[in-house]
Amino acid sequence: MSKKEKILEIKHLKKNYDDTVVLNDINIDVCKGEVVVILGPSGCGKSTLLRCINGLETIQEGEIYLSGEKISNQDKKMHLVRQKVGMVFQSYDLFPHLTILDNILLGPMKAQHREKKEVVVEAEKLLERVGLLDKKNAYPRQLSGGQKQRVAIVRALCMHPQVMLFDEITAALDPEMVREVLDVMLELAKEGSTMVIVTHEMQFARAIADRIIFLDSSKLVEESSPEEFFTTPKTERAKQFLNVFDFDIAK
Amino acid sequence: MDIQFISKYLPLYVEAAKLTLTIATIGIISSIFVGFCCSLVRYYKIPFIHKIVSIYIELSRNTPLLIQLFFLYFGLPKIGIRLSSESCAIVGLTFLGGSYMAEAFRSGLEAIPKIQRESGLSIGLTKFQVFWHIILPQAVTISMPAFSANVVFLIKETSVFSAVALADLMYVAKDLIGLYYKTDEALFMLVCAYLIILLPISIIFSIIERKLRYAGFGN
Amino acid sequence: MQDLGIRVLFEGKNLVRLLGGLWVTLQISLLSVALSILLGIILGMIMNMKNPVVKVITRIYLEFVRIMPQLVLLFLVYFGLTKAFGINLSGEVSAVIVFTIWGTAEMGDLVRGALQSIPKHQYESGRAIGLNEFQIYAHIIIPQTIRRLLPLAINLVTRMIKTTSLIVLIGVVEMVKVGQQIIESNRLEVPSAAIWIYAFIFFLYFIVCYPISRLSVRLEKKWKD
Repeated sequence: MSKKEKILEIKHLKKNYDDTVVLNDINIDVCKGEVVVILGPSGCGKSTLLRCINGLETIQEGEIYLSGEKISNQDKKMHLVRQKVGMVFQSYDLFPHLTILDNILLGPMKAQHREKKEVVVEAEKLLERVGLLDKKNAYPRQLSGGQKQRVAIVRALCMHPQVMLFDEITAALDPEMVREVLDVMLELAKEGSTMVIVTHEMQFARAIADRIIFLDSSKLVEESSPEEFFTTPKTERAKQFLNVFDFDIAK
Repeated sequence: MDIQFISKYLPLYVEAAKLTLTIATIGIISSIFVGFCCSLVRYYKIPFIHKIVSIYIELSRNTPLLIQLFFLYFGLPKIGIRLSSESCAIVGLTFLGGSYMAEAFRSGLEAIPKIQRESGLSIGLTKFQVFWHIILPQAVTISMPAFSANVVFLIKETSVFSAVALADLMYVAKDLIGLYYKTDEALFMLVCAYLIILLPISIIFSIIERKLRYAGFGN
Repeated sequence: MQDLGIRVLFEGKNLVRLLGGLWVTLQISLLSVALSILLGIILGMIMNMKNPVVKVITRIYLEFVRIMPQLVLLFLVYFGLTKAFGINLSGEVSAVIVFTIWGTAEMGDLVRGALQSIPKHQYESGRAIGLNEFQIYAHIIIPQTIRRLLPLAINLVTRMIKTTSLIVLIGVVEMVKVGQQIIESNRLEVPSAAIWIYAFIFFLYFIVCYPISRLSVRLEKKWKD
């Protein structure tokens, strides 16, 4: 792992809202092509961590580097950083006043000043891959939740990000739509995308992750391979966390 | 009803309606401008200025246009600021309309979920691009009903301009009643004039609103 | 000179006279609001009926009254009624009539909106437990609508007070008229009186309307859900 090129480095990150510490002394490295899944109970700071990486939150201590360049608390050029970091949110965050295609084109054209023709070709190719090419002229309200999230992924991909952040993107979906979104992510993983994923889907986490990071009460508690984490967790807290997902037979 | 009288004095009404509409148009356009700036100041909570804007909005919304006009037209000359009837009318209408438009735009801005701003930022747009391409188009659509209600409201409010000696529709009507005692005809033409001005405007706005609702958003 | 101007406010009975003028304005607005709320509730319930004829008639009334500037309505009643029926209405009476007609339309529409926002199953479950139409309104619908309605009705009070400023234009002696008289009688000694008097009237309106509109906003926020 150490031979690989480091894409994202988080060093001694500390984040608090007023007096409440949300993240404390977090150290994570993510290498090129690696899929890191962050697990942890609600309120442990997983989502906040992703938001810090994308500069939506300022941090109080520590640094974040992207390909060796410091990106934390860089207010002025943050929009340039965000062009290299793709993010998909839990709630459907498509722009309701734009068609699906325009949603995807907005970033590449306005932020990256790329040629419309070239971006359209790419956007259509990506839409076809997620099975939504026929929806390119539809508006977000005409799509199901699962379809919207697939578009949101395409929108982020079209920016050619160095790393993709996924913040519980299936949490607000109906159960039968979860699969179609997860499949898209699995495929991205196979192709070697670098991804940091926050999720509550344990089976999925086990299948996709190269590495699991377990956060609890604002600290990084455990870091291990998925096999190790799900079969023989090192810490008591991780064991308790995993137990929540098992049910005893009631009858 | 004296048809001859009506046709004889119809041109007076046409002139007055033109004047009313001209001043209303200028006043409403500047109201939109003032309102737009004020709503941004309040939405982005620009320090200090947003306090001043809040005070202005409360003053403007809690006092009648007529009193605002009297102050401008009869009060200000005493400290050397002399405005013509037309200027008073425009300044007064803008002072009133600015706050109403500000509240309309602000409610539109505030109705947009925070996630819209964040997902705009996360695809690498600058703050201004997020505002221009994402926040603004949605805010304008959402505030359209309040906006159009304000336009009709402001045109109605122009009826007090006669109080600062502007020869508007009310002025002409009152003149004809006073001079010829042709009350029925004068009032009939007055009502017709306002219907002709206001009815199409409110119908056009309700059509636009319906179109926007259909073209509108998920919920 | 400006120091002189502000003194006019406090000379003799001027302040009391101005406040007396304000009282005239307030009396007319409050009387009109009270009548409007009463009639508006009835109108709102009538508009909620399914009868198409009733719907058309109330709709025309509503649209006409709301599209006409209040000053035009004031002229229609003050000059028009006098001429048409030979009855001589005072400015005050004309004002109360006009503002009640206008306020009833506004209030009626608010009541209609509030009634329609009550889900249908509320009526149905009222019927299911054997209440008659009157009882359904009295015990189920009206208590729920009041929360929706009260902030808007309070807001109507400030609109009414501001609109009542128009009555000076049909010759009612209220605050502005008193102010003009004071300015007139001080024309020579205190030429700058006008700016002080009008500023004072402006602030009196603000002092009256501001607390009421704050109350309306606060109730609306409190009862939002």
